[in-house]
Amino acid sequence: MTGLRVESVGFSYGAKRALDGVSFVVPPGRFCALLGPNGAGKSTLFALLTRLFTTREGRIEVAGHDMAGSPRAALARIGVVFQQPTLDLDLTVRRNLLYFAALHGISGREAETRAAAALDRLGMAERAPEKVRNLNGGHRRRMEIARALLHRPSVLLLDEPTVGLDAATRAAINDHVHRLAAEDGLTVLWATHLTDEVRADDQAVILHKGRILVDGPAGADLTDRFLTLTGEMA
Amino acid sequence: MTAALVALRAILHREALRFLGQRGRLVAALVRPLVWLFIFAAGFRAALGLSITPPYQTYIPYETYVVPGLCGMILLFNGMQSSLSLVYDREMGSMRLLLTSPLPRWWLLLSKLIAGAAISVLQAYAFLAIAFAYGIRMTGAGYLGALPAMFFAALMLGALGLMLSSFIRQLENFAGVMNFVIFPMFFLSTALYPLWKMAEASPLLARACAANPFTQAVELIRFALYRQLNAPALGWVALALLVFGALALWGYDPERGTVRRKA
Repeated sequence: MTGLRVESVGFSYGAKRALDGVSFVVPPGRFCALLGPNGAGKSTLFALLTRLFTTREGRIEVAGHDMAGSPRAALARIGVVFQQPTLDLDLTVRRNLLYFAALHGISGREAETRAAAALDRLGMAERAPEKVRNLNGGHRRRMEIARALLHRPSVLLLDEPTVGLDAATRAAINDHVHRLAAEDGLTVLWATHLTDEVRADDQAVILHKGRILVDGPAGADLTDRFLTLTGEMA
Repeated sequence: MTAALVALRAILHREALRFLGQRGRLVAALVRPLVWLFIFAAGFRAALGLSITPPYQTYIPYETYVVPGLCGMILLFNGMQSSLSLVYDREMGSMRLLLTSPLPRWWLLLSKLIAGAAISVLQAYAFLAIAFAYGIRMTGAGYLGALPAMFFAALMLGALGLMLSSFIRQLENFAGVMNFVIFPMFFLSTALYPLWKMAEASPLLARACAANPFTQAVELIRFALYRQLNAPALGWVALALLVFGALALWGYDPERGTVRRKA
């Protein structure tokens, strides 16, 4: 199956249990919000999904590729937007995109074409020769999302991608990623602790203290449920 | 071109652009060895008598003796600086980007090492050019022969930095590394004084000095600048490169490494 499958994944930092029996499935074309208060284990799960860490407990499958068995095939199908910015501020917008394309083995005309198309979609074509330092926070984030899609992954992982952005930019980026799921059939996992970024028909996975409390449609009362659940368990 | 070579070229290009974009970095990298050459070596010349030891065939002024060591100093500082900058968050972000590439991790780390070493060697040649203008001259073949020697030494010192960046938690600032790694390595080497001189002062220190991989790197460069191959030094540097490289790879292994602590 395509999409993202996480099965009984567990992880510990020494004696401290960070994730315990985490299982969920995100089908293609679905926007899944991974919700959890700070310290819930979201970042650890992201590190496992991007193979910054590995674990022997459980199984992670990306677009049908097992992360433990064929990590390179799995990584090739993933696009990641990390919580902390990973752009080179002193390099140009274009150069940042080409660098990333090259890390995925794409070079020459193909890389140029993809980078130009990505910037076109963002309405940023004329900013290609500018240094990233000159872009505002919203543009940088959009660029990171566009960059994560350069190698045409089937799963897009975003770790709190709207941190530090103003409300209008947050909404615009959130819309953009929802469209990517709906129109391009991308599997999206969007980690956040802000329930207003989740729509009623999104899939919501609530993680708390390393365990999954809820996995299902977000519904209209997500905020109340989230607060009640994480508050009760605190 | 294969995906691995595409990535290597991009990593090299990125390091070069970053280096060229920060003009102050070249100046800062050159000021340190030039201060040693112009001031320290001039003052030290009077205090230190050097006898004829290989690869030198005649008496040499102290400034001439110290030039290979100062090339080594550039490689040492750069190796530490470029790798330890990974420890800081901003750079860790770019390291994450690198490590989530679908290429083998050892290849990505090696590419990063090669890129760092290439920048270091460029700086060492800039220093040699200034030394040339100052009157400390080697032959053309010497300058050419020093290229693989310096590159190899730079790889080894970069691997040391990469290894430290994957293990060190407490020394997360450059001053700490300076005190505990760079200074002992530099002063306990043949960069500033020959081994026999050190042996006169303390045989124990001389033995430590001989075992220091930085000493071997400096001697490899020194002999290469005089068109000679110092095979034992080459062996030592290769061994150190293997050990530091393997430990760095182990440190960056997702099953046990340091990235884990920094998530």
